[in-house]
Amino acid sequence: MELLCPAGNLASLKIALNAGADAVYLGLKNDTNARSFAGLNFTPKKLQQAAEYTKKLGKKLFLTINTFPKPGEEQRWYEAVDIAASTGVDALIVADLSLLDYAHSRYPHLPLHLSVQASATNLGALQLYKEEFNIERAVLPRVLSMKQVRDLSKVTPVDLEVFAFGSLCIMAEGRCHLSSYVTGQSPNTGGSCSPAKHVRWQEQDGARLTRLNEVLIDKSSVDEQMGYPVVCKGRYTTQDNHEPTYLLESPTSLNTLSLLPELAKANVVSLKIEGRQRSPAYVEQVTSVWRRAIDTYLDNPDQYQTQDEWNRALSKVSEGQTTTLGAYERTWQ
Amino acid sequence: MEVSLGPLLYCWPKEKVIEFYRAVADSQIPLVYLGETICSRRRELKFTDYMDLAHMLKASGKEVVLSTLALLEAPSEYTELKKQVNNGEFTIEANDMGAVQAAKELGLPFICGPTINNYNLASLKKLHSWGMQRFVMPVELSKHWLDKVISIEAPAFEIEVFGHGFMPLALSARCFTARHKGLAKDKCQTICISNPKGLLAQTQESEPLLRLNGIQTQSAACIDLSSERSDMEKMGVDYFRVSPSGIKSVELADKLLNGEHEPQIHTDAELSCNGYWHQQAGFNRV
Repeated sequence: MELLCPAGNLASLKIALNAGADAVYLGLKNDTNARSFAGLNFTPKKLQQAAEYTKKLGKKLFLTINTFPKPGEEQRWYEAVDIAASTGVDALIVADLSLLDYAHSRYPHLPLHLSVQASATNLGALQLYKEEFNIERAVLPRVLSMKQVRDLSKVTPVDLEVFAFGSLCIMAEGRCHLSSYVTGQSPNTGGSCSPAKHVRWQEQDGARLTRLNEVLIDKSSVDEQMGYPVVCKGRYTTQDNHEPTYLLESPTSLNTLSLLPELAKANVVSLKIEGRQRSPAYVEQVTSVWRRAIDTYLDNPDQYQTQDEWNRALSKVSEGQTTTLGAYERTWQ
Repeated sequence: MEVSLGPLLYCWPKEKVIEFYRAVADSQIPLVYLGETICSRRRELKFTDYMDLAHMLKASGKEVVLSTLALLEAPSEYTELKKQVNNGEFTIEANDMGAVQAAKELGLPFICGPTINNYNLASLKKLHSWGMQRFVMPVELSKHWLDKVISIEAPAFEIEVFGHGFMPLALSARCFTARHKGLAKDKCQTICISNPKGLLAQTQESEPLLRLNGIQTQSAACIDLSSERSDMEKMGVDYFRVSPSGIKSVELADKLLNGEHEPQIHTDAELSCNGYWHQQAGFNRV
């Protein structure tokens, strides 16, 4: 089982690899990836350095090109594929049909992973991408239960990668317009979910108001631990409940340490850690805990138990300092 | 440009659905999409019921398309979907790439619904090569986007724009309606039947924001592009989709077909929006 960790910059990449990641994923410094925050990501030169460093350690580097090209601007996305091919990354993580087509026809030797943004959750979708573009792997959206992952793993024509830890996206990825509905910028075309420039905190009468493009997403006490403001983790009212509640989900992170044996038995090939936008300290903490957990499992699968100290360490870097099994657990649904 | 009626996105009692489609049969609407696209736990109508409705609409002169589930999670859902695709008579609206594959395998034509990620001409052409006859523009895209796509070359497939109704914004594994009522998804009692237009969610400043419809999240505001219709027509848009929320949607579609440009019948005038069409936040009213 591969431990796949995020790298927002070269420092994080080195930290992840040295803390035990088997592979890292990263993006170029433009809108060809869905985490195009200022100060993050890699220039072609930095990508080259990243590839050399990773190769020297005998590990793997995946380049994320997971946004959808805009009409008239496709060249930028094609160039990203060209750069990846000439840099010698180990795989491309792609969502868009035209880019899969471009990469597969120009660089048939370059392994393709289907990005979570392609939102493939069933056998038919996986078959389509396998037959047409020979994808090797698909990243599953965080909407399937453990049983559904297991069922899919029995019939899938490609390897499966799942999200193991990190900020919990509760919607089928790649098919959520909540952020663009409020801010006008779409994660699918190069903006990020809840772009930072639209976020505003305001203190008023002893309360903290969290606004996204002036829409009140949440209202909390000043000392309350809050996550990064996104529409799906805000507190709202309804016609039959005037008390503001987390109608969709509260700020929480996904943590699947306890599912490790089940994921392994389902032949999941890769465990993905979310958080290219997070600090090197986060990357180090999460990578080292997961390395220990995977090694513990591999050493003695039958005796595996999640250690409290691992969970404690992960809670500290979790949103709202709470974690969940998310959709993997049927009761969450 | 013609007017189409999108699939009913809400869970209504069976009798109400049948009554609704009787009214649709009596309307002038030439193209009707039909089927459960949100949740396989909604079993008020079964596949055979939808086929009956499809035949009834066809007999009244409508072109009928069977809409399929947007988020397929269980293997049983994919099996059911293949049955729908292989119905032997009606074209399907694919709302997931699994449905595209099912149609492609059988060599059948299909329509791409608004939840398929179509963001550029090359992807649309790829889908067309697999059998796509028409696509519904993803709701977050704009007139500018469509202009650009069409300006590259005249498309060989038809274009439909989601022109009126509450917009589909997101899909989740979680049923927000059941959760709100304190029910587990597996024992949901099909509780979404009690919110025939979804459950309105407001911010703590009483600003309507979202509409919870089972596992789907919709816009609180109703998109209304009816005043843009002449522009759309000039651009070459083939269908203006009305997404139904009640019998008034059928009346609206008829009025649009009669050339009434500024219908005043959407119930919450203050809640109408058109931001996406103008490259802005979706909830904006330009």
